[in-house]
Amino acid sequence: MTLRADSVTWNRGGALVVDGVTVTPEQGETVGLLGPNGSGKSSLLRLLNGVVRPTAGVVTLDGDDLAAVRRKEIARAVAVVSQHADTDVDITVRDVVRLGRIPHRGTFGGNPTADDAAVAAALAHTGLTSKADRLWHRLSGGEKQRVQIARALAQEPRELLLDEPTNHLDIHHQLELLALVTRLPVTSVIALHDLNLAAMFCDTVIVLKEGRVVAGGTPAEVLTAELIAQVYNVRAEVLIDQAKGRLSILFEPGPIPVPTH
Amino acid sequence: MGGGILALALSILVAVTLGPADVSLVNVRDVLLNHLGLADIPVRLSKNAIVWEERLPRALVAAACGAGLGLCGVIMQSLLRNPLADPFVLGISSGASTGAVIVGVLGVGGAALGLSGGAFIGSLVAFGLVLLLARLSGGNNDRIILAGVASTQLFSALTSFFIFAFADSDETRGVMFWLLGSLEGVRWDDVTLCAVVVFCGTAVCLHFAYVLDAFSFGDDVAASLGISVAKVRLLLLVVTAIITATLVSVAGAIGFVGLVLPHAARFLVGPRHSRLIPATALMGAVFMVWVDAVSRVAFAPTPLPVGVGTALVGVPAFIVILSRRRRTQ
Repeated sequence: MTLRADSVTWNRGGALVVDGVTVTPEQGETVGLLGPNGSGKSSLLRLLNGVVRPTAGVVTLDGDDLAAVRRKEIARAVAVVSQHADTDVDITVRDVVRLGRIPHRGTFGGNPTADDAAVAAALAHTGLTSKADRLWHRLSGGEKQRVQIARALAQEPRELLLDEPTNHLDIHHQLELLALVTRLPVTSVIALHDLNLAAMFCDTVIVLKEGRVVAGGTPAEVLTAELIAQVYNVRAEVLIDQAKGRLSILFEPGPIPVPTH
Repeated sequence: MGGGILALALSILVAVTLGPADVSLVNVRDVLLNHLGLADIPVRLSKNAIVWEERLPRALVAAACGAGLGLCGVIMQSLLRNPLADPFVLGISSGASTGAVIVGVLGVGGAALGLSGGAFIGSLVAFGLVLLLARLSGGNNDRIILAGVASTQLFSALTSFFIFAFADSDETRGVMFWLLGSLEGVRWDDVTLCAVVVFCGTAVCLHFAYVLDAFSFGDDVAASLGISVAKVRLLLLVVTAIITATLVSVAGAIGFVGLVLPHAARFLVGPRHSRLIPATALMGAVFMVWVDAVSRVAFAPTPLPVGVGTALVGVPAFIVILSRRRRTQ
Protein backbone atom coordinates (compact mmCIF):
# COMPACT_ATOMS: atom_id res chain seq x y z
CA MET A 1 0.00 0.00 0.00
CA THR A 2 1.35 3.39 -0.86
CA LEU A 3 0.20 6.67 -2.33
CA ARG A 4 -2.51 6.38 -4.97
CA ALA A 5 -5.05 8.54 -6.71
CA ASP A 6 -8.42 7.03 -7.45
CA SER A 7 -10.38 8.76 -10.24
CA VAL A 8 -9.51 12.21 -8.87
CA THR A 9 -11.01 15.33 -10.36
CA TRP A 10 -10.00 18.86 -9.54
CA ASN A 11 -12.15 21.76 -10.54
CA ARG A 12 -10.28 25.05 -10.17
CA GLY A 13 -12.57 28.05 -10.47
CA GLY A 14 -14.87 26.30 -12.96
CA ALA A 15 -12.06 24.83 -15.08
CA LEU A 16 -11.63 21.08 -14.97
CA VAL A 17 -7.86 20.83 -14.47
CA VAL A 18 -7.71 17.16 -13.57
CA ASP A 19 -10.52 14.91 -14.77
CA GLY A 20 -10.99 11.46 -13.34
CA VAL A 21 -7.35 10.41 -13.14
CA THR A 22 -6.25 7.19 -11.47
CA VAL A 23 -2.57 6.67 -10.57
CA THR A 24 -1.43 3.52 -8.76
CA PRO A 25 2.35 3.39 -8.68
CA GLU A 26 4.00 0.12 -7.66
CA GLN A 27 6.45 0.32 -4.80
CA GLY A 28 9.92 1.41 -5.93
CA GLU A 29 8.71 2.24 -9.42
CA THR A 30 9.52 5.39 -11.39
CA VAL A 31 6.39 6.78 -13.01
CA GLY A 32 6.60 9.47 -15.68
CA LEU A 33 3.77 11.99 -16.03
CA LEU A 34 3.74 13.22 -19.61
CA GLY A 35 1.58 15.63 -21.55
CA PRO A 36 1.69 19.08 -23.10
CA ASN A 37 1.73 22.33 -21.11
CA GLY A 38 -1.47 22.77 -19.15
CA SER A 39 -2.42 19.10 -19.37
CA GLY A 40 -2.68 18.85 -15.57
CA LYS A 41 0.68 17.26 -14.64
CA SER A 42 1.57 19.79 -11.94
CA SER A 43 -1.99 19.86 -10.65
CA LEU A 44 -2.00 16.09 -10.33
CA LEU A 45 1.22 16.27 -8.33
CA ARG A 46 -0.36 18.87 -6.04
CA LEU A 47 -3.32 16.57 -5.52
CA LEU A 48 -0.98 13.66 -4.75
CA ASN A 49 0.80 15.81 -2.17
CA GLY A 50 -2.45 16.90 -0.54
CA VAL A 51 -1.73 20.61 -1.04
CA VAL A 52 -5.08 20.82 -2.81
CA ARG A 53 -8.09 18.59 -2.26
CA PRO A 54 -9.76 16.82 -5.17
CA THR A 55 -13.31 17.93 -5.99
CA ALA A 56 -14.19 14.30 -6.65
CA GLY A 57 -12.36 11.02 -6.19
CA VAL A 58 -9.86 10.33 -3.47
CA VAL A 59 -6.10 10.32 -2.91
CA THR A 60 -5.04 7.72 -0.36
CA LEU A 61 -1.86 7.15 1.61
CA ASP A 62 -1.67 3.55 2.86
CA GLY A 63 -5.39 3.32 2.31
CA ASP A 64 -6.29 6.46 4.32
CA ASP A 65 -7.91 9.46 2.66
CA LEU A 66 -5.15 12.08 2.38
CA ALA A 67 -7.60 14.77 3.52
CA ALA A 68 -7.82 13.02 6.90
CA VAL A 69 -4.06 12.54 7.36
CA ARG A 70 -2.13 15.21 9.28
CA ARG A 71 0.20 17.30 7.13
CA LYS A 72 3.16 16.19 9.19
CA GLU A 73 2.31 12.52 8.61
CA ILE A 74 2.05 13.15 4.88
CA ALA A 75 5.42 14.91 4.91
CA ARG A 76 7.04 11.91 6.59
CA ALA A 77 5.95 9.69 3.72
CA VAL A 78 5.83 11.98 0.69
CA ALA A 79 8.54 14.45 -0.36
CA VAL A 80 8.18 16.98 -3.15
CA VAL A 81 10.72 18.65 -5.41
CA SER A 82 9.01 21.48 -7.21
CA GLN A 83 10.01 23.31 -10.33
CA HIS A 84 11.32 26.59 -9.05
CA ALA A 85 12.05 26.48 -5.35
CA ASP A 86 14.31 29.44 -4.67
CA THR A 87 15.14 31.76 -1.82
CA ASP A 88 16.85 35.07 -1.12
CA VAL A 89 18.04 33.82 2.24
CA ASP A 90 21.80 33.33 2.68
CA ILE A 91 21.42 29.68 3.59
CA THR A 92 24.02 26.92 3.31
CA VAL A 93 23.50 23.66 1.45
CA ARG A 94 23.56 21.76 4.73
CA ASP A 95 20.84 23.97 6.23
CA VAL A 96 18.64 23.53 3.15
CA VAL A 97 18.99 19.77 3.42
CA ARG A 98 18.30 19.98 7.16
CA LEU A 99 14.87 21.49 6.36
CA GLY A 100 13.92 17.97 5.32
CA ARG A 101 14.08 16.93 8.97
CA ILE A 102 11.25 19.29 9.98
CA PRO A 103 8.48 16.69 9.58
CA HIS A 104 10.37 14.38 11.95
CA ARG A 105 10.42 16.88 14.81
CA GLY A 106 8.43 16.08 17.90
CA THR A 107 6.68 18.77 19.91
CA PHE A 108 9.86 19.66 21.78
CA GLY A 109 12.42 19.38 19.01
CA GLY A 110 14.13 16.78 16.89
CA ASN A 111 16.50 13.93 17.53
CA PRO A 112 19.88 15.50 16.68
CA THR A 113 21.66 12.19 16.08
CA ALA A 114 19.04 10.88 13.67
CA ASP A 115 18.81 14.30 11.99
CA ASP A 116 22.56 14.59 11.46
CA ALA A 117 22.73 11.04 10.13
CA ALA A 118 19.87 11.62 7.68
CA VAL A 119 21.37 14.91 6.48
CA ALA A 120 24.80 13.32 6.01
CA ALA A 121 23.29 10.37 4.12
CA ALA A 122 21.25 12.65 1.86
CA LEU A 123 24.32 14.79 1.10
CA ALA A 124 26.39 11.69 0.34
CA HIS A 125 23.69 10.19 -1.87
CA THR A 126 23.53 13.31 -4.01
CA GLY A 127 27.28 13.85 -4.10
CA LEU A 128 27.04 17.11 -2.19
CA THR A 129 29.08 16.27 0.90
CA SER A 130 32.00 18.44 -0.20
CA LYS A 131 29.64 21.34 -0.97
CA ALA A 132 27.69 21.20 2.30
CA ASP A 133 28.99 24.57 3.50
CA ARG A 134 28.49 26.42 0.21
CA LEU A 135 25.82 29.12 0.06
CA TRP A 136 22.65 28.37 -1.88
CA HIS A 137 22.76 31.45 -4.10
CA ARG A 138 26.24 30.54 -5.30
CA LEU A 139 25.19 27.16 -6.72
CA SER A 140 24.50 26.42 -10.37
CA GLY A 141 21.00 25.42 -11.49
CA GLY A 142 21.93 21.73 -11.54
CA GLU A 143 23.42 21.89 -8.06
CA LYS A 144 20.34 23.66 -6.73
CA GLN A 145 18.10 20.90 -8.05
CA ARG A 146 20.37 18.30 -6.48
CA VAL A 147 20.21 20.14 -3.16
CA GLN A 148 16.41 20.11 -3.32
CA ILE A 149 16.51 16.38 -3.98
CA ALA A 150 18.89 15.94 -1.04
CA ARG A 151 16.45 17.93 1.10
CA ALA A 152 13.64 15.64 -0.05
CA LEU A 153 15.80 12.59 0.77
CA ALA A 154 16.50 13.89 4.27
CA GLN A 155 12.74 13.62 4.76
CA GLU A 156 13.28 9.84 4.40
CA PRO A 157 10.14 9.54 2.30
CA ARG A 158 8.67 6.48 0.65
CA GLU A 159 7.33 8.53 -2.23
CA LEU A 160 9.03 11.27 -4.16
CA LEU A 161 7.07 13.68 -6.35
CA LEU A 162 9.11 15.72 -8.84
CA ASP A 163 7.73 18.48 -11.05
CA GLU A 164 9.88 18.87 -14.16
CA PRO A 165 13.13 18.52 -12.23
CA THR A 166 15.27 18.69 -15.38
CA ASN A 167 14.00 22.11 -16.51
CA HIS A 168 16.83 24.53 -17.23
CA LEU A 169 19.50 21.85 -16.84
CA ASP A 170 22.03 20.98 -19.51
CA ILE A 171 21.90 17.46 -20.93
CA HIS A 172 24.66 16.13 -18.68
CA HIS A 173 22.86 17.30 -15.56
CA GLN A 174 19.49 16.07 -16.88
CA LEU A 175 20.85 12.55 -17.27
CA GLU A 176 22.73 12.68 -13.99
CA LEU A 177 19.69 13.89 -12.05
CA LEU A 178 17.28 11.32 -13.42
CA ALA A 179 19.83 8.54 -12.94
CA LEU A 180 20.09 9.66 -9.32
CA VAL A 181 16.32 9.69 -8.84
CA THR A 182 15.76 6.26 -10.39
CA ARG A 183 18.57 4.79 -8.24
CA LEU A 184 16.80 5.87 -5.05
CA PRO A 185 14.92 3.20 -3.15
CA VAL A 186 11.65 5.16 -3.30
CA THR A 187 8.59 5.32 -5.50
CA SER A 188 8.90 8.38 -7.72
CA VAL A 189 6.33 10.22 -9.78
CA ILE A 190 8.02 12.64 -12.17
CA ALA A 191 6.37 15.19 -14.42
CA LEU A 192 8.54 15.38 -17.53
CA HIS A 193 8.56 17.23 -20.83
CA ASP A 194 11.28 15.27 -22.57
CA LEU A 195 9.85 12.06 -24.01
CA ASN A 196 13.29 10.56 -24.60
CA LEU A 197 14.23 11.05 -20.96
CA ALA A 198 10.92 9.48 -19.96
CA ALA A 199 11.59 6.51 -22.24
CA MET A 200 15.08 6.15 -20.81
CA PHE A 201 14.33 6.38 -17.07
CA CYS A 202 10.68 5.59 -16.35
CA ASP A 203 9.29 2.13 -15.63
CA THR A 204 5.83 3.28 -16.61
CA VAL A 205 4.45 6.48 -18.07
CA ILE A 206 1.04 8.15 -17.87
CA VAL A 207 0.09 10.56 -20.64
CA LEU A 208 -2.31 13.37 -19.81
CA LYS A 209 -4.20 15.65 -22.14
CA GLU A 210 -6.64 18.30 -20.94
CA GLY A 211 -6.68 16.74 -17.50
CA ARG A 212 -7.52 13.22 -18.69
CA VAL A 213 -5.36 10.10 -18.97
CA VAL A 214 -5.06 9.19 -22.63
CA ALA A 215 -2.57 6.34 -22.21
CA GLY A 216 -0.64 4.46 -19.56
CA GLY A 217 1.86 1.62 -19.52
CA THR A 218 5.52 0.98 -20.24
CA PRO A 219 7.23 3.60 -22.41
CA ALA A 220 7.44 1.12 -25.30
CA GLU A 221 3.69 0.45 -25.16
CA VAL A 222 2.66 4.06 -24.81
CA LEU A 223 5.06 6.22 -26.76
CA THR A 224 4.04 5.50 -30.32
CA ALA A 225 4.08 7.86 -33.29
CA GLU A 226 0.25 7.85 -33.30
CA LEU A 227 -0.03 8.82 -29.65
CA ILE A 228 2.57 11.57 -29.96
CA ALA A 229 0.68 12.97 -32.95
CA GLN A 230 -2.61 12.80 -31.06
CA VAL A 231 -1.37 14.34 -27.81
CA TYR A 232 1.34 16.77 -28.83
CA ASN A 233 0.22 17.45 -32.39
CA VAL A 234 3.74 16.70 -33.61
CA ARG A 235 5.13 14.27 -36.19
CA ALA A 236 7.56 11.79 -34.69
CA GLU A 237 9.42 8.65 -35.57
CA VAL A 238 9.93 6.13 -32.78
CA LEU A 239 13.01 3.94 -33.13
CA ILE A 240 13.54 0.87 -30.99
CA ASP A 241 17.09 -0.09 -30.19
CA GLN A 242 16.63 -3.82 -29.68
CA ALA A 243 20.15 -4.34 -28.31
CA LYS A 244 19.68 -1.83 -25.50
CA GLY A 245 15.93 -2.39 -25.34
CA ARG A 246 15.32 1.34 -25.50
CA LEU A 247 13.25 3.83 -27.44
CA SER A 248 14.47 6.93 -29.11
CA ILE A 249 12.04 9.42 -30.49
CA LEU A 250 12.89 11.66 -33.42
CA PHE A 251 10.72 14.67 -34.10
CA GLU A 252 9.92 16.05 -37.56
CA PRO A 253 9.30 19.71 -38.17
CA GLY A 254 6.16 20.86 -39.91
CA PRO A 255 2.48 20.16 -39.45
CA ILE A 256 0.88 16.76 -39.25
CA PRO A 257 -0.54 15.75 -42.62
CA VAL A 258 -4.33 15.71 -42.51
CA PRO A 259 -5.45 12.09 -42.74
CA THR A 260 -7.35 11.37 -45.96
CA HIS A 261 -10.48 9.28 -45.73
CA MET B 1 23.21 34.90 23.73
CA GLY B 2 24.59 35.31 27.26
CA GLY B 3 26.77 38.11 25.93
CA GLY B 4 23.72 39.78 24.44
CA ILE B 5 21.81 39.71 27.72
CA LEU B 6 24.85 41.11 29.53
CA ALA B 7 25.22 43.87 26.92
CA LEU B 8 21.54 44.73 27.32
CA ALA B 9 21.77 44.90 31.11
CA LEU B 10 24.89 47.09 30.94
CA SER B 11 23.31 49.32 28.29
CA ILE B 12 20.25 49.89 30.46
CA LEU B 13 22.38 50.69 33.53
CA VAL B 14 24.58 53.13 31.64
CA ALA B 15 21.64 54.70 29.79
CA VAL B 16 19.98 55.42 33.13
CA THR B 17 22.98 57.50 34.23
CA LEU B 18 22.76 59.73 31.13
CA GLY B 19 20.76 62.93 31.20
CA PRO B 20 20.71 66.46 32.53
CA ALA B 21 20.48 65.43 36.18
CA ASP B 22 23.70 63.87 37.42
CA VAL B 23 23.29 60.21 38.39
CA SER B 24 26.19 57.80 38.83
CA LEU B 25 26.30 54.04 38.27
CA VAL B 26 26.69 53.65 42.03
CA ASN B 27 23.45 55.61 42.53
CA VAL B 28 21.69 53.37 40.02
CA ARG B 29 22.96 50.27 41.81
CA ASP B 30 21.83 51.58 45.18
CA VAL B 31 18.37 52.53 43.91
CA LEU B 32 17.95 49.13 42.28
CA LEU B 33 19.06 47.22 45.37
CA ASN B 34 16.72 49.30 47.55
CA HIS B 35 13.72 48.68 45.36
CA LEU B 36 14.45 45.00 44.99
CA GLY B 37 14.49 44.84 48.79
CA LEU B 38 18.09 43.62 48.88
CA ALA B 39 19.52 46.60 50.71
CA ASP B 40 18.59 49.80 52.46
CA ILE B 41 21.13 52.34 51.26
CA PRO B 42 20.33 56.01 51.77
CA VAL B 43 19.88 57.71 48.37
CA ARG B 44 18.77 61.29 47.75
CA LEU B 45 15.03 61.37 47.07
CA SER B 46 15.44 63.33 43.84
CA LYS B 47 17.91 60.80 42.48
CA ASN B 48 15.68 57.94 43.51
CA ALA B 49 12.77 59.56 41.67
CA ILE B 50 14.80 60.24 38.53
CA VAL B 51 16.14 56.70 38.35
CA TRP B 52 13.13 54.73 39.50
CA GLU B 53 10.23 56.81 38.23
CA GLU B 54 11.69 58.27 35.05
CA ARG B 55 14.75 56.84 33.44
CA LEU B 56 14.56 53.15 34.35
CA PRO B 57 10.98 52.57 33.14
CA ARG B 58 11.82 54.53 30.04
CA ALA B 59 14.92 52.44 29.30
CA LEU B 60 12.98 49.23 29.91
CA VAL B 61 10.16 50.25 27.58
CA ALA B 62 12.77 51.24 24.99
CA ALA B 63 14.32 47.78 25.33
CA ALA B 64 10.93 46.08 25.01
CA CYS B 65 10.09 48.18 21.94
CA GLY B 66 13.39 47.39 20.25
CA ALA B 67 13.08 43.68 21.00
CA GLY B 68 9.41 43.48 20.00
CA LEU B 69 9.72 45.51 16.78
CA GLY B 70 12.85 43.59 15.74
CA LEU B 71 11.07 40.32 16.44
CA CYS B 72 8.02 41.36 14.42
CA GLY B 73 10.31 42.40 11.56
CA VAL B 74 11.94 38.96 11.46
CA ILE B 75 8.59 37.21 11.48
CA MET B 76 7.09 39.39 8.75
CA GLN B 77 10.15 39.17 6.51
CA SER B 78 10.38 35.40 6.79
CA LEU B 79 6.67 34.69 6.66
CA LEU B 80 5.96 36.96 3.70
CA ARG B 81 9.37 36.27 2.09
CA ASN B 82 9.96 39.94 1.53
CA PRO B 83 13.09 41.71 2.79
CA LEU B 84 11.21 45.02 2.88
CA ALA B 85 8.44 43.77 5.15
CA ASP B 86 8.37 45.35 8.60
CA PRO B 87 6.01 45.36 11.59
CA PHE B 88 4.01 48.16 10.00
CA VAL B 89 3.51 46.44 6.64
CA LEU B 90 0.05 45.31 7.78
CA GLY B 91 -1.17 48.90 8.07
CA ILE B 92 -0.84 48.77 11.84
CA SER B 93 0.90 52.10 12.38
CA SER B 94 -1.45 54.05 10.14
CA GLY B 95 -4.42 52.38 11.80
CA ALA B 96 -2.95 53.41 15.11
CA SER B 97 -2.62 57.04 13.95
CA THR B 98 -6.23 57.12 12.86
CA GLY B 99 -7.34 55.62 16.15
CA ALA B 100 -5.23 58.10 18.13
CA VAL B 101 -6.52 61.02 16.09
CA ILE B 102 -10.11 59.98 16.55
CA VAL B 103 -9.58 59.96 20.29
CA GLY B 104 -7.21 62.94 20.53
CA VAL B 105 -8.89 65.28 18.08
CA LEU B 106 -12.52 64.22 17.91
CA GLY B 107 -12.63 63.30 21.58
CA VAL B 108 -14.33 59.96 20.96
CA GLY B 109 -13.91 57.72 23.98
CA GLY B 110 -12.37 60.57 25.92
CA ALA B 111 -10.10 60.09 28.89
CA ALA B 112 -11.11 56.50 29.51
CA LEU B 113 -9.62 55.39 26.21
CA GLY B 114 -6.76 57.86 25.82
CA LEU B 115 -4.46 58.14 22.80
CA SER B 116 -3.02 54.71 23.58
CA GLY B 117 -6.36 52.95 23.71
CA GLY B 118 -7.45 54.64 20.48
CA ALA B 119 -4.20 53.62 18.81
CA PHE B 120 -4.51 50.02 19.95
CA ILE B 121 -8.06 49.70 18.65
CA GLY B 122 -7.19 51.52 15.41
CA SER B 123 -4.28 49.22 14.69
CA LEU B 124 -6.31 46.09 15.22
CA VAL B 125 -9.08 47.43 12.97
CA ALA B 126 -6.50 48.14 10.26
CA PHE B 127 -5.01 44.65 10.69
CA GLY B 128 -8.47 43.08 10.40
CA LEU B 129 -9.10 45.03 7.23
CA VAL B 130 -5.79 43.87 5.75
CA LEU B 131 -6.57 40.24 6.50
CA LEU B 132 -10.01 40.62 4.96
CA LEU B 133 -8.65 42.30 1.82
CA ALA B 134 -5.89 39.69 1.51
CA ARG B 135 -8.38 36.88 1.87
CA LEU B 136 -10.71 38.36 -0.74
CA SER B 137 -7.84 38.62 -3.19
CA GLY B 138 -6.47 35.11 -2.78
CA GLY B 139 -4.37 35.26 0.36
CA ASN B 140 -0.84 34.80 -0.96
CA ASN B 141 2.14 36.78 0.32
CA ASP B 142 2.15 39.50 -2.29
CA ARG B 143 -1.55 40.07 -1.81
CA ILE B 144 -1.08 40.48 1.93
CA ILE B 145 1.58 43.12 1.31
CA LEU B 146 -0.60 44.86 -1.31
CA ALA B 147 -3.54 44.82 1.08
CA GLY B 148 -1.24 46.33 3.74
CA VAL B 149 -0.11 49.09 1.39
CA ALA B 150 -3.71 49.86 0.40
CA SER B 151 -4.86 49.98 3.98
CA THR B 152 -1.87 52.13 5.01
CA GLN B 153 -2.85 54.67 2.36
CA LEU B 154 -6.48 54.61 3.43
CA PHE B 155 -5.76 55.15 7.11
CA SER B 156 -3.13 57.83 6.43
CA ALA B 157 -5.71 59.68 4.37
CA LEU B 158 -8.28 59.31 7.14
CA THR B 159 -5.76 60.64 9.67
CA SER B 160 -4.98 63.68 7.52
CA PHE B 161 -8.66 64.24 6.90
CA PHE B 162 -9.53 64.31 10.60
CA ILE B 163 -6.59 66.62 11.35
CA PHE B 164 -7.43 69.06 8.54
CA ALA B 165 -11.14 69.06 9.23
CA PHE B 166 -11.25 69.15 13.01
CA ALA B 167 -7.93 69.73 14.76
CA ASP B 168 -6.44 72.95 16.07
CA SER B 169 -2.67 73.34 15.90
CA ASP B 170 -1.97 72.25 19.49
CA GLU B 171 -3.90 69.03 19.10
CA THR B 172 -2.17 68.36 15.81
CA ARG B 173 1.25 68.90 17.31
CA GLY B 174 0.50 66.63 20.24
CA VAL B 175 -0.76 63.82 18.07
CA MET B 176 2.03 64.16 15.51
CA PHE B 177 4.73 64.14 18.18
CA TRP B 178 3.26 61.04 19.70
CA LEU B 179 2.96 59.35 16.30
CA LEU B 180 6.65 59.87 15.53
CA GLY B 181 7.46 57.69 18.47
CA SER B 182 7.93 59.03 21.92
CA LEU B 183 8.92 57.46 25.21
CA GLU B 184 8.11 60.60 27.21
CA GLY B 185 6.37 59.88 30.48
CA VAL B 186 6.15 56.09 30.31
CA ARG B 187 5.32 54.49 33.66
CA TRP B 188 5.81 51.11 35.30
CA ASP B 189 2.35 50.04 34.02
CA ASP B 190 3.69 50.48 30.50
CA VAL B 191 6.83 48.51 31.37
CA THR B 192 4.78 45.58 32.64
CA LEU B 193 2.44 45.61 29.65
CA CYS B 194 5.22 45.81 27.05
CA ALA B 195 7.43 43.28 28.82
CA VAL B 196 4.67 40.70 29.16
CA VAL B 197 3.52 41.07 25.55
CA VAL B 198 7.04 41.01 24.11
CA PHE B 199 8.13 38.11 26.29
CA CYS B 200 5.10 35.97 25.43
CA GLY B 201 5.37 36.91 21.76
CA THR B 202 9.03 35.92 21.68
CA ALA B 203 8.24 32.60 23.34
CA VAL B 204 5.54 31.80 20.76
CA CYS B 205 7.79 32.77 17.86
CA LEU B 206 10.71 30.74 19.23
CA HIS B 207 8.41 27.75 19.44
CA PHE B 208 7.67 28.26 15.73
CA ALA B 209 11.30 28.97 14.77
CA TYR B 210 11.57 25.77 12.74
CA VAL B 211 8.31 26.61 10.94
CA LEU B 212 9.77 29.95 9.88
CA ASP B 213 12.82 28.09 8.56
CA ALA B 214 10.46 25.94 6.49
CA PHE B 215 9.05 29.07 4.83
CA SER B 216 12.42 30.01 3.34
CA PHE B 217 11.58 28.26 0.05
CA GLY B 218 7.99 29.43 -0.09
CA ASP B 219 4.55 28.20 0.88
CA ASP B 220 4.55 25.06 -1.27
CA VAL B 221 7.81 23.75 0.12
CA ALA B 222 6.64 24.61 3.63
CA ALA B 223 3.43 22.65 3.01
CA SER B 224 5.39 19.69 1.67
CA LEU B 225 7.46 19.77 4.86
CA GLY B 226 4.32 19.19 6.89
CA ILE B 227 3.45 22.77 7.84
CA SER B 228 -0.21 23.84 7.88
CA VAL B 229 0.66 27.00 6.00
CA ALA B 230 -2.58 28.97 6.27
CA LYS B 231 -3.10 28.21 9.95
CA VAL B 232 0.48 28.99 11.00
CA ARG B 233 0.59 32.17 8.94
CA LEU B 234 -2.59 33.50 10.49
CA LEU B 235 -1.38 32.67 13.99
CA LEU B 236 1.99 34.38 13.51
CA LEU B 237 0.40 37.41 11.83
CA VAL B 238 -1.95 37.78 14.79
CA VAL B 239 0.97 37.52 17.23
CA THR B 240 2.94 40.23 15.41
CA ALA B 241 -0.17 42.40 15.15
CA ILE B 242 -0.77 42.22 18.90
CA ILE B 243 2.87 42.96 19.72
CA THR B 244 3.03 45.86 17.27
CA ALA B 245 -0.31 47.30 18.32
CA THR B 246 0.70 47.18 21.99
CA LEU B 247 4.06 48.85 21.36
CA VAL B 248 2.55 51.49 19.09
CA SER B 249 -0.09 52.28 21.67
CA VAL B 250 2.61 52.85 24.31
CA ALA B 251 5.40 54.46 22.31
CA GLY B 252 4.01 55.52 18.95
CA ALA B 253 5.17 54.29 15.56
CA ILE B 254 8.90 53.80 15.88
CA GLY B 255 10.13 53.11 12.38
CA PHE B 256 13.29 51.51 11.06
CA VAL B 257 14.00 49.07 13.91
CA GLY B 258 11.71 46.38 12.58
CA LEU B 259 12.89 46.81 9.03
CA VAL B 260 16.64 46.88 9.52
CA LEU B 261 17.54 45.07 12.74
CA PRO B 262 16.55 41.65 11.33
CA HIS B 263 18.97 42.17 8.43
CA ALA B 264 21.76 43.17 10.78
CA ALA B 265 21.08 40.13 12.96
CA ARG B 266 20.99 37.80 9.94
CA PHE B 267 24.37 39.15 8.97
CA LEU B 268 25.73 38.23 12.40
CA VAL B 269 24.12 34.88 13.19
CA GLY B 270 22.79 33.54 9.88
CA PRO B 271 19.26 32.72 8.79
CA ARG B 272 18.27 29.95 11.22
CA HIS B 273 15.41 31.29 13.30
CA SER B 274 16.29 29.48 16.51
CA ARG B 275 19.32 31.82 16.65
CA LEU B 276 17.98 34.70 14.60
CA ILE B 277 14.94 35.40 16.80
CA PRO B 278 16.82 35.86 20.10
CA ALA B 279 19.64 37.69 18.34
CA THR B 280 17.29 40.19 16.71
CA ALA B 281 15.35 40.74 19.92
CA LEU B 282 18.52 41.42 21.92
CA MET B 283 20.11 43.63 19.26
CA GLY B 284 16.87 45.56 18.87
CA ALA B 285 16.65 46.08 22.61
CA VAL B 286 20.25 47.32 22.95
CA PHE B 287 19.87 49.53 19.88
CA MET B 288 16.69 51.19 21.15
CA VAL B 289 18.07 51.76 24.64
CA TRP B 290 21.00 53.67 23.18
CA VAL B 291 19.00 55.56 20.58
CA ASP B 292 16.56 56.65 23.26
CA ALA B 293 19.38 57.71 25.57
CA VAL B 294 21.03 59.70 22.79
CA SER B 295 17.84 61.38 21.61
CA ARG B 296 17.03 62.25 25.23
CA VAL B 297 20.42 63.82 25.89
CA ALA B 298 21.60 65.24 22.57
CA PHE B 299 19.00 67.98 22.18
CA ALA B 300 18.15 68.47 25.84
CA PRO B 301 16.01 70.05 27.05
CA THR B 302 14.05 69.63 23.77
CA PRO B 303 13.36 65.93 23.41
CA LEU B 304 13.81 64.40 19.96
CA PRO B 305 11.08 61.90 18.98
CA VAL B 306 12.76 58.54 19.32
CA GLY B 307 11.45 57.45 15.91
CA VAL B 308 13.50 60.24 14.37
CA GLY B 309 16.52 59.11 16.37
CA THR B 310 16.23 55.47 15.24
CA ALA B 311 16.44 56.48 11.62
CA LEU B 312 19.19 59.08 12.10
CA VAL B 313 21.38 56.66 14.04
CA GLY B 314 20.27 53.50 12.28
CA VAL B 315 20.61 54.37 8.62
CA PRO B 316 24.37 55.09 8.73
CA ALA B 317 24.89 51.93 10.78
CA PHE B 318 22.92 49.95 8.26
CA ILE B 319 24.91 51.34 5.34
CA VAL B 320 28.11 50.19 7.06
CA ILE B 321 26.67 46.70 7.51
CA LEU B 322 25.50 46.49 3.89
CA SER B 323 28.83 47.56 2.45
CA ARG B 324 30.81 45.23 4.73
CA ARG B 325 28.55 42.40 3.77
CA ARG B 326 29.14 43.07 0.12
CA ARG B 327 32.87 42.93 0.64
CA THR B 328 32.72 39.56 2.39
CA GLN B 329 30.68 37.99 -0.39
